Amino acid sequence: MRHLLTTKDLSKTDALRILDTATQMAATQEREVRKLPTLRGKTVVNLFFEDSTRTRISFEAAAKRLSADVINFSAKGSSVSKGESLKDTALTLQAMGADAVVVRHWASGAAYQLAHGGWLHGSVLNAGDGTHQHPTQSLLDAFTIRKHLAPGGDLEGVTVAIVGDVLHSRVARSNVYLLTTLGAKVVLVAPPTLVPVGIEPWPCDVVHTLDQALDTYEIDALMMLRVQRERMTGGGFFPSPNEYSRIFGLDGDRLRRLPDHAIVMHPGPMNRGLEISAEAADSPRSVIVEQVANGVAVRMAALYLLLAGEEAAQ
Amino acid sequence: MTGTIMGAADISRALTRIAHEIVERNDGAADVVLMGIPTRGLPIAHRLAARIAEIEPAFDAELATGALDITMYRDDLFKNPTRAIGTTSVPDTGIDDAVVVLVDDVFHTGRTIRAALDAIRDLGRPRAVQLAALVDRGHRELPIRADFVGKNIPTSRSERVDVRLEEIDGEDAVILRKGE
Repeated sequence: MRHLLTTKDLSKTDALRILDTATQMAATQEREVRKLPTLRGKTVVNLFFEDSTRTRISFEAAAKRLSADVINFSAKGSSVSKGESLKDTALTLQAMGADAVVVRHWASGAAYQLAHGGWLHGSVLNAGDGTHQHPTQSLLDAFTIRKHLAPGGDLEGVTVAIVGDVLHSRVARSNVYLLTTLGAKVVLVAPPTLVPVGIEPWPCDVVHTLDQALDTYEIDALMMLRVQRERMTGGGFFPSPNEYSRIFGLDGDRLRRLPDHAIVMHPGPMNRGLEISAEAADSPRSVIVEQVANGVAVRMAALYLLLAGEEAAQ
Repeated sequence: MTGTIMGAADISRALTRIAHEIVERNDGAADVVLMGIPTRGLPIAHRLAARIAEIEPAFDAELATGALDITMYRDDLFKNPTRAIGTTSVPDTGIDDAVVVLVDDVFHTGRTIRAALDAIRDLGRPRAVQLAALVDRGHRELPIRADFVGKNIPTSRSERVDVRLEEIDGEDAVILRKGE
């Protein structure tokens, strides 16, 4: 593996390798000394063109726990706001000797361009590109599901429902492919206005109300998506927040209709009261806070697998 | 000389002797913790622990044996294909103030043990660290020595020493092979 750009072309073997490595990384995080010398001398650049708290901090923590040097670069207050192109930013990072670039960008395909533009020598990790992909988020989701429902194995026989703003969600796209590759069945639940055009070839089912999903499927993991209001310029996606909540929100009543073993997930940040009620978010079934902790382990695994091998092999 | 250097009986005798030496050196086995280095150091550690328990009935073989994966502490991570990370398990009692005996199958350059010492440091502060190896084949690249050795085997650098163990390979043998 040279880059981690999308979950669509990730093989089952590679995905399980990342999850297994993450399991070992998670174990090291329970020690008194949580820092490992593994990536000493490597430089990881966090290149963020879009706001992010948890992903950036999570990557930063992961790189630091592996002893890599971390340079944080956010587009605000940088030369990008003076009009510098992605290419010139990349060439600058290359000159600084970046071994890995973690990139978050508002444009779909930015990570691919950075990896294949011939500008950078190092590995590129996609930390979210537009409405396209967010592979480490789906890997941490898969890690969390696996830990609770299928320890040590693949996700064969597990049904995962992903509910809400699928249209704007790179988390949903990444998860549809990764979870399917791992053997899970994925059901998307969204109003027709928030289902992307051209969804037919995606390897998943689509239903249009949460109640219908709860009636039709035996759901093992319920993943609530954030309603991305900042991407809904112009409006018209649903009549009112209240109506959205009524049809797609997870409240206490719907929570109790899930099987006893089912877990509730959310990639964060949550809109409490919109897609998820406080009762559901804070219930013992909710693994939302655990997802954050797992994110560090999964990102440590990704950085290790991309950076540790032989230079010549790349 | 190539071929089978040690058979099952030789390995068994060597491990019994090492178990006695560990108990003798430490005036018993009260504080001894055995940490096997995967892959093949781990079953050897379990066998040593079982033998120590026969000598010292108060020694709990299960409780006092752990696994120490050193992958993330290697100094050649960037010179070889990416390695899978193995499991590290520390006895519940921890290793602080214990006598940790590192157990490996083949003692060669000393680099594995260097990495193991670093890994130990992140897990706690033992009173002492000792090293037991089934085979010492020489060619040290670091100033590290073993405390307990099953058999010294003079080798050339190009030769390979294969340790085969019942638990993993279905048979017990130490085989010396010509290098390519």
